[in-house]
Amino acid sequence: MTALHAETLAELAGRLARGDCSSVELTRHFLSRIAAHDAGLNCFISVLEARALAQAEAADRRRARGEAGPLSGLPIAHKDIFCARDTRTTCGSRMLEGFVSPYDAAVVERLDAAGVVTLGKTNMDEFAMGSSNETSYFGPVRNPWDPARVPGGSSGGSAAAVAAGLAPAATGTDTGGSIRQPAALTGLTGLKPTYGRVSRWGMVAFASSLDQAGTLTRSAEDAALLLAAIAGADRRDSTSVEAAVPDYREALDAEPGRLRIGVPRGFFDEGLEAGVAVAVREALGEYERQGAALVEVDLPNLQLSVPTYYVVAPAEASSNLSRFDGVRFGHRCEAPQDLLDLYERSRGEGFGAEVKRRIMTGTYVLSAGYYDAYYLKAQQVRQLITADFARAFERVDLLMGPTTPTPAFELGAKTADPVQMYLNDIYTIGVNLAGLPGISIPCGEVAGLPVGLQIIAPHFGEAALLGAAHRYQRATDWHRRLPAAYA
Amino acid sequence: MSWETVIGLEIHAQLSTRSKIFSGSATTYGAEPNTQASLVDLGYPGVLPVLNAEVVSMAIRFGLATDCNIAPRSVFARKNYFYPDLPKGYQISQYELPIVHGGSLDIDLPEGGRKRIGITRAHLEEDAGKSLHEDFHGMTGIDLNRAGTPLLEIVSEPDLRSPEEAVAYLRRIHQLVRWLGICDGNMQEGSFRCDANISIRPRGETRLGTRTELKNLNSFRFIDRAIRHEVERQIELVEDGGKVVQETRLYDPERDITRPMRSKEEANDYRYFPDPDLLPVLIETATIEAIRASLPELPTARRERFVREYGLSEYDAGVLTSSRELADYFEAAVEAVPGAAKLVANWTMGELTAVLKREGLDITDSRVDARALAGLVARIHDETISGKIAKEVFEAMWAGAGDADSVIEARGLKQITDTGALEAIVAEVVADHPEQAAEYRAGKHKLMGFFVGQVMKRTQGKANPGQVNGLIKAVLE
Repeated sequence: MTALHAETLAELAGRLARGDCSSVELTRHFLSRIAAHDAGLNCFISVLEARALAQAEAADRRRARGEAGPLSGLPIAHKDIFCARDTRTTCGSRMLEGFVSPYDAAVVERLDAAGVVTLGKTNMDEFAMGSSNETSYFGPVRNPWDPARVPGGSSGGSAAAVAAGLAPAATGTDTGGSIRQPAALTGLTGLKPTYGRVSRWGMVAFASSLDQAGTLTRSAEDAALLLAAIAGADRRDSTSVEAAVPDYREALDAEPGRLRIGVPRGFFDEGLEAGVAVAVREALGEYERQGAALVEVDLPNLQLSVPTYYVVAPAEASSNLSRFDGVRFGHRCEAPQDLLDLYERSRGEGFGAEVKRRIMTGTYVLSAGYYDAYYLKAQQVRQLITADFARAFERVDLLMGPTTPTPAFELGAKTADPVQMYLNDIYTIGVNLAGLPGISIPCGEVAGLPVGLQIIAPHFGEAALLGAAHRYQRATDWHRRLPAAYA
Repeated sequence: MSWETVIGLEIHAQLSTRSKIFSGSATTYGAEPNTQASLVDLGYPGVLPVLNAEVVSMAIRFGLATDCNIAPRSVFARKNYFYPDLPKGYQISQYELPIVHGGSLDIDLPEGGRKRIGITRAHLEEDAGKSLHEDFHGMTGIDLNRAGTPLLEIVSEPDLRSPEEAVAYLRRIHQLVRWLGICDGNMQEGSFRCDANISIRPRGETRLGTRTELKNLNSFRFIDRAIRHEVERQIELVEDGGKVVQETRLYDPERDITRPMRSKEEANDYRYFPDPDLLPVLIETATIEAIRASLPELPTARRERFVREYGLSEYDAGVLTSSRELADYFEAAVEAVPGAAKLVANWTMGELTAVLKREGLDITDSRVDARALAGLVARIHDETISGKIAKEVFEAMWAGAGDADSVIEARGLKQITDTGALEAIVAEVVADHPEQAAEYRAGKHKLMGFFVGQVMKRTQGKANPGQVNGLIKAVLE
């Protein structure tokens, strides 16, 4: 028997269903894991012990009454970007250090309704701006595979928590790779659904046209279980889409016929580390062995995705973050002299350097005289990138390639050079600009560090995406590996 | 030098929806501060706006009533600036692609005739909250009840050439938005506000002069005065060799001056961009046509029909179509007493309007409804009572004494139309005044009034003056 914390959600659900253990026992197990290991990793900003145990007890009672659903009593962690009623929601920022949300995010609400237990709120890059979790006001998160390295970001706390077995699964958000990149760097399955698939209500906004909630799990099957609970239109989010939610779990075992897999040439350029390329090529080989056809495709504007993203996302962020003004909630400076002083010091003290950099960039690109050259141009390029993907999907069912150019890098390695940091998301960002669903699954190791395979599907193609990931995970065991220190 | 004034107006009409434009909060005026502000209105982290569909159909109604184009696709944009009563740090408005554009409205010119005023655009946006600077000992209180209230901003072309024209246009828009049921038009409560862009140029010049913007003009009287002042100020400035600078000015009604608020250099760069939280508003032709079909007959058309159908003067028709409720009242009354339209018009504009004004009531609150007024007019029309008696009957009706017929019956106010009875009274009066009768017969015909008066006195006013006249003539001549 494997340890509880090495099991998937699906396996733990089986235990609960069989009565092997109760939700309270399961919850206590993970709370004790957090107590034992989190000091070294810094995955959690808030641990919600009392709330978690109360939810677990309620789930056990429901099960006793025969009212348990597929997720009832399973503990998970939420990225601290999701508002949860009466709990602190910091978004990794000093600005919201003391902010207690009066309401639940849609994702939290839906998972609560499904009987899921919330262990705590995970660390993250400040306002989700970062690729290493080093911009968090609450300190960096360490990678369980090597504590000298970053877990990726911005959902780094969620990724490290699941990778270290402090939670069996966690929610995350992905604006430019913030789920897939940390999943790749910590050996997890990270799903970023189609833009509009999951409601953004209650998710602190970074870049509204790119933000999407998703999951970090041990398997594609677990991702399917959670997505089934959180997917679907929400009248409180106008950009959520009224598209039928298929039975993702059932779809895992569907026979896809002869799958055509597109391999974008640009994903294997000189920026890609050799060891990562080898691991990804081997994974593609596994798909070939399973009967898929590999087709080389071009995404001619892909190299423009990073600069495009770094115009669009900061522009939206500069506006989204204006509400943090020290007037109604969040950090307020001591003894403001007048209105300008209140604004300047509250925001100056409340935001960290990366957030300020993006607010300034965003303000600049939206300014009179620069709007056409930057923001408008970026929107046009975004259309081209979206069209590139659409053209590729006329020929293939899925696209595959690396999630990141390198495995996890060392803390501090890229903090001095923002552009180097931004380039870490070169393979993931285009997917957000086009609003497509993407997943990263572990497909190998380089010097003991996990490598991620990224799979991209057409809009609302999550079922095909999860099916492909699941078939790979049935044939391989990369996703079952745990860092030795946390096994 | 002779100067021409050029004015364009930006009118903010608060749309009378029950809930706000992007949240479910109520829009009732005068509630306790911050009791009508939801998390969305407060701009809490993670909240999102959802468009109230009602505001779209209201904007379409306005657009159709002013011959505007309805955009098949319009876009909400964020107007970014910091202010404490602007919770999100941006106002959701429409910028490049407004929902309504390119129409016009005809105004009646003060000197007679009509003029067509272009409507550049009308766009939807949310209102901000209120900053309260009094009562807080050097601090500022913020009331966010108004934050998120739906506004339709109606922008005119610079087609207005005098304060009178500006006021006439403003009144027409005011009449129209109330007529369409999309705005209550209450200027005191700020439901209908106006900014004016004003410039001058030498008569004959076609290029526009540098304009100033006058902010927040909240009564018809102030608007007229504020524009007048600003025009005088600009002319004086230019004639003294100065130059008008582009700036925003505020009218101070107490001191009756305009003063600068901020210059062009100080103006915000609003960094407009499409709001990614809201989808473009897509409007199908079928929707527009359905709304067109549901539009009421518009004020101008109805006024013209009143003239044509009821033989009213232009003036009377104009008064009776000043509001849809008044026009409805008038027509309901006319329908109940066909053929007496002129009489109904006189009574509606006369006694009824006077008593409503005296008691500060709206036509919809009238204690004498259209049917009841028609009942009274019918009795005048069929000569059951005289106009003079009718005033007494109307007052009784207003006081709640019942309909016209029961008041006439109960108080015995019916006219004496029995010729025999009147003849007897006339004979009596003539017999009692032999001297006057002799004078009359000698040619002093103006004594007719004296005899009629005597008869009316003896009948307590219930005789029909015309009939009495005839009878006296018959006896004396």
